[in-house]
Amino acid sequence: MTGQAVPLMPETRPAAATPLLSATDLRKTYALPHGRTLHAVDGVSIDVMPGEVLGLVGESGCGKSTLGRSLIRLAEPSSGRIVFDGRDITTLPERTLRPLRQQMQMVFQDSYASLNPRRRIGDLLAEPLRVHKKPGGQKWTSAAIAARQTELMDLVGLGHQALERYPHEFSGGQRQRINIARALALSPRLIVADEPVSALDVSVQAQIVNLFADLQDHLGLTYVFVAHDLAVVRQISTRVAVMYLGAIVEIGETDAVLHRPAHPYTLALTQAVPRPVPGEHRPTPLRGDVPSPISRPAGCRFHTRCPIAQDRCKVEEPALRTIGPGQDVACHYPNHWAD
Amino acid sequence: MPSNAPAPLLDVRELSVSFRSRGRMIPVVERVSFTLHEGEILGLVGESGSGKSVTAMALMGLIDTPGVQISGSVLFQGHELVGMGQRQLRRLRGSRIAMIFQDPMTAFTPVYTVGWQIDEQILAHERVSRKQARARTITLLGDMGVPDPARTADSYPHQLSGGMRQRAMIAMALSCNPALLIADEPTTALDVTVQAQILDLMRNLRTTYGSAVLLITHDMGVVAETCDNTFVLYSGRMAETGPTSAVFARPGHPYTAALLASIPPMDGPRPHRLPAIAGLPPAPLERPAGCAFAPRCSYAHAACLPAPPPALVRVGTAHQAACVLPLEGTPLTPSVMGRDAA
Repeated sequence: MTGQAVPLMPETRPAAATPLLSATDLRKTYALPHGRTLHAVDGVSIDVMPGEVLGLVGESGCGKSTLGRSLIRLAEPSSGRIVFDGRDITTLPERTLRPLRQQMQMVFQDSYASLNPRRRIGDLLAEPLRVHKKPGGQKWTSAAIAARQTELMDLVGLGHQALERYPHEFSGGQRQRINIARALALSPRLIVADEPVSALDVSVQAQIVNLFADLQDHLGLTYVFVAHDLAVVRQISTRVAVMYLGAIVEIGETDAVLHRPAHPYTLALTQAVPRPVPGEHRPTPLRGDVPSPISRPAGCRFHTRCPIAQDRCKVEEPALRTIGPGQDVACHYPNHWAD
Repeated sequence: MPSNAPAPLLDVRELSVSFRSRGRMIPVVERVSFTLHEGEILGLVGESGSGKSVTAMALMGLIDTPGVQISGSVLFQGHELVGMGQRQLRRLRGSRIAMIFQDPMTAFTPVYTVGWQIDEQILAHERVSRKQARARTITLLGDMGVPDPARTADSYPHQLSGGMRQRAMIAMALSCNPALLIADEPTTALDVTVQAQILDLMRNLRTTYGSAVLLITHDMGVVAETCDNTFVLYSGRMAETGPTSAVFARPGHPYTAALLASIPPMDGPRPHRLPAIAGLPPAPLERPAGCAFAPRCSYAHAACLPAPPPALVRVGTAHQAACVLPLEGTPLTPSVMGRDAA
């Protein structure tokens, strides 16, 4: 399966709709003591198409959360360009950005920390409505807010009685439903969800993954779904981007990337996921740990752990290139899968 | 069980743990029984709040909360651990029974090197010189797959990666060659590629160190890949126990079946929706008198509701489930997996 380099294929993807969000050469660095720099996001270019679910996967420290936040400017990118719905938002001042924020919302991993424990659920849902105006420019009336609160609870499968209660009265799964409801309050077009089901038990996790899928069907939402769990990402995503040390090493249609991984890292990652099938073949795990993003290896960022690394990989950094329909990879020697 | 079978290393019978809260006793673990033989890896699975960690802590005699009530019997190599004095327990812990935890950062003191701490563990239980202890420490770290073990021994915990810290903790746990290793979510905090390395290591322990392992986890994938036998807890009670291959291929309890079905698959077709289990496990005080899973079970009927909860019944070779269906002759159908959340 690991073969010689595959010749570059011409861009085969049809000129589809314009991306809802487009990032070009996005970087996010953090200055550390002693003049060192941490490259959390290291030159990522990515398009998020309307109506898709783009899964961002990778191990801890790969920059997937920082990328997710930077895309909607919850973390200020150090350089690069972000275009949302045709408008360059990279340097928009917060005041000008605010009306656009309605259209991009976020759901976090820790369902408890993201809800003020001293406010009732109804209050928490009303807050974004009080801060922002309706799409037409007029304010939300209290009657409209009340109607919206009930509608939101219905959407996420909680009764309107929940509006009178406090966050601690709910389980983790229910709190995540509330967080989703709040993110939906302003009818956003894009939701960035950062590990939204990682803290939940499996049986509850399935409920929330289904909820995300249903809401997308009903409301035509676009998601950037950040998660370390490949099985969850596979379930929800139309496309998957695999990150390693701040960069995308492979991106493409979910089935292509996860079933015919071209990058040796993607392959190792998919094989490392324990399957609930006893006696299944276990491949040799990848050696070593992820290097520090403070001093990332020269050449290909993966070469220190790569089972097929050559001398070239130690010096020359591979660029992301298209190797098949809907599949791009940053590797000098990508896997070639016979059909 | 045939009478000539060797006595189990660990024989837990009807272990119950209750905590006192606001004048009431809260039954966290109810009448749990299982055995663990030499060289065996037993997976104890359950969701959060199922009582799996409390079970492990009770085995180790690590629960000393005021008002706690522990009943039942825990025979380890023929010695009764329930009610054993702290002095005697301390002698067992570390030398005959060792435990590793999810977070290796909290298991080490940040102010001493990792090697010094492992040396201490050896010195506390055996009459060896510090030099001999350090030699053993370095061998152990090397066995755990730590590159450059001598240098790692001189490192402080914060200088090591999560995977290396977990290896060091396993090295410390194995330093006195325990007969039983209790591992509570040992890979949950690790990335999958590192998890694969640690699971590999755990599987090899029985051959290299002869230790039996009680592996506590919420991850059915980890159990399938690592454990000989599986023991499923639900809301503080035993739901199912048996050989891992049988439990996964022919789950006898609707909870096990539904839990397996709700895991998003890594291979094969993707279901349009995941067969989720509706609702939540009950809190200990709201636990039904009958089957604890009945409120979420698509098979629930009148027989499931009255006390006492269903006892374990045989559903296969060494395979038991606490469910009324096997006695009624009702097989589990795939429909149990088709249930969905409201």
